[in-house]
Amino acid sequence: MNESADNSDIIHAIARDCLGLDGPLMEALVRINQRFGYVPKEAQAILAEVLNVSQADVAGVTGFYSDFRSAPPGSTIVQLCRAEACQAAGVAGVVKEVEAALGCAFGETRGDGAVTLEDAYCFGNCALAPAAMVDGRLIGRVDAKTLTALVKP
Amino acid sequence: MTTVLIAKDSGAKSVGADAVAAAFEAVGADVIRTGSRGLYWLEPMAEIDGVVYGPLTPEDAAGVLADGRKRIGPLADIPEFAQQTRMLFKRVGAMDPTDIDAYRASGGEAGLNAALALPPDAVIQAIADSGLRGRGGAGFPTGIKWRTVADTPEQQKYIVCNADEGDSGTFADRMLMEGDPYLLLEGMAIAGYAVGASKGFIYLRSEYPDAAETLTNAIANAPFLDNELDSGFRFSIELRMGAGAYICGEETALLESLEGKRGLSRAKPPLPAHAGAFGQPTVVNNVLTLAAAPIILAEGAAAHHAFGTGRSRGTMPFQLAGNIKQGGLVEAPFGITLRQLIEGFGGGTRSGRPVRAVQVGGPLGAYFPESLLDTPMDYEAFAAAGGMLGHGGVVVFDDTVDLATQARFAFAFCAHESCGKCTPCRIGAQRGVEVVDKITAGDNVDANFTVLDDLLEVMRDGSLCALGGLTPTPVESALKWFRQDFDKGARQ
Ligand SMILES: Cc1cc2nc3c(=O)[nH]c(=O)nc-3n(C[C@H](O)[C@H](O)[C@H](O)COP(=O)(O)O)c2cc1C
Ligand code: SF4
Ligand code: FES
Repeated sequence: MNESADNSDIIHAIARDCLGLDGPLMEALVRINQRFGYVPKEAQAILAEVLNVSQADVAGVTGFYSDFRSAPPGSTIVQLCRAEACQAAGVAGVVKEVEAALGCAFGETRGDGAVTLEDAYCFGNCALAPAAMVDGRLIGRVDAKTLTALVKP
Repeated sequence: MTTVLIAKDSGAKSVGADAVAAAFEAVGADVIRTGSRGLYWLEPMAEIDGVVYGPLTPEDAAGVLADGRKRIGPLADIPEFAQQTRMLFKRVGAMDPTDIDAYRASGGEAGLNAALALPPDAVIQAIADSGLRGRGGAGFPTGIKWRTVADTPEQQKYIVCNADEGDSGTFADRMLMEGDPYLLLEGMAIAGYAVGASKGFIYLRSEYPDAAETLTNAIANAPFLDNELDSGFRFSIELRMGAGAYICGEETALLESLEGKRGLSRAKPPLPAHAGAFGQPTVVNNVLTLAAAPIILAEGAAAHHAFGTGRSRGTMPFQLAGNIKQGGLVEAPFGITLRQLIEGFGGGTRSGRPVRAVQVGGPLGAYFPESLLDTPMDYEAFAAAGGMLGHGGVVVFDDTVDLATQARFAFAFCAHESCGKCTPCRIGAQRGVEVVDKITAGDNVDANFTVLDDLLEVMRDGSLCALGGLTPTPVESALKWFRQDFDKGARQ
């Protein structure tokens, strides 16, 4: 209950901060997602109330963007680029190895909550492909070994 | 103390530039963090008195200083750099991008000052005379776009910088934002002055956290923002982040997203120039388009127009990516050929195997076979060859590529990124995946080729925006040049 009350306070504060902006809903969701790593359920009602939009609007926008997770991610977030330049550089060979090494499939969080594995489409590191991002840090010329080593113990 | 330039660019950091910088500091060097020169195969790289060393590991630092270990040679003698024409990227890699004094000392703000000394109309004329066309993909003449917004009588107008750079194989926007952010901000201010807009937004993709940090700093420090300038003009810029939707690079979907909504493409008309952000007249331009404006104003329209070929004027930062030995950024005048880029600058494939296919212009661009490598990088020449120059990304594949797999991916990507507003794209892309699967499985091959052709026609002609409308391009080119990859002779 306490954690949820804290979350609500934080979300309220973010929503109020965004109130003066043009088109505040997206920016508020971006900040909430940054703060928590996902968009907590209680955001829907709070954003609707503070920003004076319908809950359906909030749900629609939240659901549209792939960054906005609906559940807390693992302690480490590993995102592997699956777009063309990384395909040309052999990312297909990395995919299975990464899943095996991390013990978790794409789009999933491992049972122990240590890692979330996601696919992504281009990090602008296509000259050093295949590319990945680990907790917001860009990695070039990746293989399964480098990625696994970056997962927090 | 020896001054060492080391990139702080996220690409350079992705292969260890931070650790190399720390190692140089530990042995007493004075390290300046810069943008990247774009010679990514040499990263992490160090530049000392114009001499390049790389690729480095932290253990090399002492040796580089003591006995010139891993010395490549003077930057000016590296052909892959010396043969470029650096206009937009002349500062990137040469200086600390956060240092406003260094920016001014190297000609920064000259374009804005030149613009403010002219009537707004003359600024638009200079852009038109330069022949500048939008670098975001469609190549629309920038002067005409600015003129349309200037001529639309509204109190509030906006400049929106499209920094969504979603195309695979492209990273020039990222490099410029990380390596010379003031140039972009100055370009936006010039656009604002020219069309009568006091406010700008940068819509930046969330995949670029380093660029976000650099831009946030630059916006806070740029002396020409949030202050009344000599002419009484005042301009401010807000940074807004995307959230992982490729369609939000399409300008009308971007505007929806900026307004806080789902990123659904809008029907045109109205054009954004008439009713764009928040219903107001809006210039939407790519990062590189806006960054070209200060140079055109400072150096003159004729200087820009002097480069290039046909109706493609100026220089373009091409990006070499994928299976390429020397991947990176090559700024060159339009008209250079694909072969010169891939074989000359890029040194061929990284795998050492023959080039089989090249995709230019992102996921909606065509796959070209080796026989088209002599095509000049020019909007019209590419269109004539069935392709699209787009944002200038060049993705190289060797002979292990399977073009049926790539065509399937084009459909799958479209299905994944479709905004869902129109049926040809939303349903068509999914159907495309299924039909390609049937063909490659040998299931009713001839009949399914016919279904595929029909589907491509429906998507091309019936889609509301270019995501659905151009997904047929990579597929059709794969069918045209690499049909054997689809039909391997198996029949069920
Ligand atoms: C699906 C799709 C994605 C696009 N992505 C981008 C992008 O990431 N960056 C960009 O500048 N333009 C992108 N465009 C082109 C924009 O719609 C628009 O033409 C451009 O921002 C106009 O600026 P310019 O005239 O300076 O090129 C995209 C278009 C489509 C159809
Ligand atoms: S073509 Fe696709 S992305 Fe474009 S409007 Fe239609 S459904 Fe949306
Ligand atoms: S395609 Fe993977 S980083 Fe660009």
